[in-house]
Amino acid sequence: MSAAVADLVRDGDVVAIEGFTHLICFAAGHEIIRQRKRDLTLARLTPDVVYDQMIAAGVCKKLVFSWMGNPGVGSLHAIRRRVERADPAPLELEEYSHFGMVGRYMAGASKLPFWPLRSYYESDLPTVNPRIIEISSPYGDETVYAVPPLNPDVAIVHVQRASSGGDAQVWGLLGCQKEVAFAADRVVVVCEELVDDAVVRSDPNRTVIPGLIVDAVVVEPRACHPSYAQGYYDRDNRFYVEWDKIARDSARLSEWLDDWVYSLSSHQDYVAKLGEERWAQLTPTERWSQPVNYGRYD
Amino acid sequence: MEGATPTETMIVASARHLAGERVCFVGIGPPNIACNLARRTVAPDLELVYEAGVFGAVPERLPLSIGDPSLVTGATSVCSMFELFAYYLQGGLVDVAFLSGSQIDRFGNLNTTVIGDYSSPKVRLPGSGGACEIAINAHKVFVIMPQSTRTFVEKIDFRTSPGHLTGKRPAHWGAGPSVVVTGLGMYEFDDDSGEMCLTNLHPGVSLDDVQQATSWELRVGDHVSETPAPTEQELRVMREQLDPQGIYTRGG
Repeated sequence: MSAAVADLVRDGDVVAIEGFTHLICFAAGHEIIRQRKRDLTLARLTPDVVYDQMIAAGVCKKLVFSWMGNPGVGSLHAIRRRVERADPAPLELEEYSHFGMVGRYMAGASKLPFWPLRSYYESDLPTVNPRIIEISSPYGDETVYAVPPLNPDVAIVHVQRASSGGDAQVWGLLGCQKEVAFAADRVVVVCEELVDDAVVRSDPNRTVIPGLIVDAVVVEPRACHPSYAQGYYDRDNRFYVEWDKIARDSARLSEWLDDWVYSLSSHQDYVAKLGEERWAQLTPTERWSQPVNYGRYD
Repeated sequence: MEGATPTETMIVASARHLAGERVCFVGIGPPNIACNLARRTVAPDLELVYEAGVFGAVPERLPLSIGDPSLVTGATSVCSMFELFAYYLQGGLVDVAFLSGSQIDRFGNLNTTVIGDYSSPKVRLPGSGGACEIAINAHKVFVIMPQSTRTFVEKIDFRTSPGHLTGKRPAHWGAGPSVVVTGLGMYEFDDDSGEMCLTNLHPGVSLDDVQQATSWELRVGDHVSETPAPTEQELRVMREQLDPQGIYTRGG
């Protein structure tokens, strides 16, 4: 992780660590904080706790998003301090709706100048974001709204399993993992497990990202905590609730960053510090899918 | 069993409105509990749709977030967020969607973006998420939110999600907000004026109470009824299965 972040994340980059609740690579966020990257534009549909941490740590000057909150709990307090009181510095915002952000990745991935959608009519969002523009259909009277492509400099995408060549497989909530990877210039795939190419080829429908577009593969088990990896470990809802108290107080938040990020040298330290008891609580019982028959055609 | 809090009554009343509905788009917070309560009581065939990309979720526990792993296991389909918004929502398959907000006006327009001025907000709220496109594309919208003069306002500070605008919505959109459920009562929207109109008072709530909690002069329907109190079964499902820690239901 350390080498991938050092090589591929540069000061001033547009960085997207995606994953909708599921597969959010906190370990990458922590490594970016440890390496004291600066002036990043962070893009994500839901900034979540990972961007609250990164923004508190001062890596970010601008946030591109569609819903900023601590899901199911409340606010992201470090981000709010910056937006409401410029404390300790202002934060530039560029705001869409979820479908708008998804459309931006779709346009970015497919090299289109915009993506059309039926949203934003009579909303104030286009008035505060001039990049959301009403356009006429070339085939009739109808109007739709256009959003511009989003092509991050770097996408960091967590997946359950990948081959050493970067072919990556995901199950559970897919979020925009595929779209952001195809839209980005550089792609880091972080996986729970490295598997043989034969495992990938045994179930090609599950491959969301081909190694063709991947610049680095990082094997980092449990890299999503307190987010989760379906079938591997549960979302740590307790942490999300606790974060609300930590983040309300900037001194306490700094202390947390010292204890859980700066003073650790890698995510393995974080995993160990969390302790086996917590990991045991987060481990789900098994529920396997039925295999499918792809057939042999030789 | 201890009596219902206003929030519990709000959630139960919302859940009952889902009787007879088929495809329901579930939002975060109280709507999440209401929809899961409905599936366990009045609407066992309800297909729960989550913006995270799930159709036909059957969560065995109450998902704290709307991206919980319990939404995936056993679901009918898990798809990309693009497919969810484009094919299910924009494609017109969502019968009813639940929305909430920090401010609502008499026409059901909702603000979830800022309190105060956008560029220097007093309170920065989460923003749209999927709410803006949901408000436009779902066949109808149920709003569930607490009621006070801070939430029921003459003029919202930011229109995140359009309701009945200033009285009428374009005909080619979904029908928009049809019901608002608060901790005090329930409202529907007048067909001609598009204005919110009181239809129900929750047990123990007076007409004066709801007017005191509204910043405009409230329209009152011809027949205002009392909301039947939550039953023991509804309270038990909510307290024991859906929100055992009382994160949502015992706040209000």
